[in-house]
Amino acid sequence: MTVRIAGGQGFYGDTPRAVAGLLEDGVDYLCLEALAELTLAILQKDRQRDESLGYTRDLPFYMGAALPAVVDGRTKVITNAGGINPPAAARAAVETARALGLSGFKIATVLGDDLMPHLDDLRAAGVSLDNIDTGQPWDQLPDAPRFAAAYLGAAPIVEALAQGADVVITGRVADASLFLAPLIYEHGWAVPSDPASLDADDWDRLAAGIVVGHLLECSGQTAGGNYSGDWWALPRPWDLPYPIAEVDADGTAVITKPASSGGRVSFDTVRHQLLYEVHDPANYLSPDVVADFTSPTFEDLGDDRVRVRGVRGKPATDTYKGLVAYHAGWSGEVRAAFSWPDAREKATAAAAILRKRVEMAGIDVDEWHVEYWGVNALGGDTVPADPACEPPECVVRVAWRCSDAESAGRVGRELVPMSLSAPPPGFTGMGRAGGSGKPTELLGIWPTLVDRHLVDAHVRVVVEEV
Amino acid sequence: MARIALRELCGYRAGDKGDIANVALFADDQDVYEVIVREVTVERVRAHFGAMVKGRVDRYEAANVRALNFVLHDALGGGGPRSLRADALGKTLGGALVRMEIDVPDSMAGRRRARPDVGWADDILRG
Repeated sequence: MTVRIAGGQGFYGDTPRAVAGLLEDGVDYLCLEALAELTLAILQKDRQRDESLGYTRDLPFYMGAALPAVVDGRTKVITNAGGINPPAAARAAVETARALGLSGFKIATVLGDDLMPHLDDLRAAGVSLDNIDTGQPWDQLPDAPRFAAAYLGAAPIVEALAQGADVVITGRVADASLFLAPLIYEHGWAVPSDPASLDADDWDRLAAGIVVGHLLECSGQTAGGNYSGDWWALPRPWDLPYPIAEVDADGTAVITKPASSGGRVSFDTVRHQLLYEVHDPANYLSPDVVADFTSPTFEDLGDDRVRVRGVRGKPATDTYKGLVAYHAGWSGEVRAAFSWPDAREKATAAAAILRKRVEMAGIDVDEWHVEYWGVNALGGDTVPADPACEPPECVVRVAWRCSDAESAGRVGRELVPMSLSAPPPGFTGMGRAGGSGKPTELLGIWPTLVDRHLVDAHVRVVVEEV
Repeated sequence: MARIALRELCGYRAGDKGDIANVALFADDQDVYEVIVREVTVERVRAHFGAMVKGRVDRYEAANVRALNFVLHDALGGGGPRSLRADALGKTLGGALVRMEIDVPDSMAGRRRARPDVGWADDILRG
């Protein structure tokens, strides 16, 4: 038996229009991956404003596109669009179904990734919650936690499917695990909730599922999106490709895409995605298995089909990754453009004059950041300093961080009078928003590890008939 | 020996996790892979990025896809939701890495990757 699963969403902001093409091609499971570190921060700000938010708000559009096929029994939907408020996401999905007059299906909500209610208990149980990137101990967390979530694995989704769920909505389930879950369920693979009972073949199959998930989780990025090869020569580049995997019971998979869409699936496009956001490729840590991304072979079969086989896996670690966010101040930014001649020097002077004026106004700024667009804003120190090469124009972008929103808002206003009264000639404001300096809240990210059994104790699957 | 920019020999993709960026380099063929394994060292990558990378640089090999993966610590101004960088997610660091020039055997000196032809885009924009 071969299971066809699709990556219908790669982030909050992707297009629900992809769903129609995938359903037309025929997929057993439509997996919608909606979360990133940055997304959780956005959702936290939503929830601060309104308790009923905290999920990705494009979910109803995805549901509207997919539910008719779900009700017809043609596909099932698995998504982590629940963000930091899965029950609210489930309510939104149910409302969408009601508005469309659709019923006769089961929707499951996975709960328990939220660590906020348990932080004290975790500490008491001996979990350090230290920052795994910087090594900082928990008592150095710079501000109170705003959200704290564990990256759950596939097991609760498998449980939801076993209870007959047609739609599964989760919070912070690891991206690739969303795709592994239906493979475990359909192929009867071992569930990694009890690692001691698994053998080497079990771990290899789970690792194969994680590789498939990793290749599909960023939607078009495996099929010619964000591609450094001959990107200009890809078919129908405006008709973005969303990927499909055909996965056999032994974990062998073919990565492909609907023939009707643009893009390309080749050895080169697939390997680009394999290492995306990966650290040690021989030890890719997921909540379900440690996958060796250096083990599989990739065979380009032509016609937008690449076969992946031979993935090796090792037992999962006894911890889940956790992500804690804390308030990290307020930022603002402004931009101004200058033309030749001496564009770079004018831009530098403008940034310095702004800084001086902010100082004169008595506004405290904790951090300044200056970028020269058209010169080295992106390339930084990798751009060779060549005095003979004078840029035809330059945009200066100045960003800042203050401890309070009011100060962050005042900084940008110091730029506006400079358009007439600062010496560099040809000061050009960058559009209507460029000089507004509207403050934005910053959130710091604190990655940590949490004993998996302490987290699993709170995981629940709620199934509701619609 | 000749000197040539990595852009003529490799593809690239960059991503983020917190304040850590990773940049993968994809060799165009096996000969190129062997050259980049030899030439694109942790030390050279650290020097290339200069002040852009404040922490450690790790390098991993993925021979099955002829790739090197560089992990750049403390490289994104505190990480996506905290960073003041316009490119807070480090999306452009791949392009920045392939600007690096390395020594290659003379047989590779004339390598040049195809340059974009966006005639189709011009057609669209002309309306």
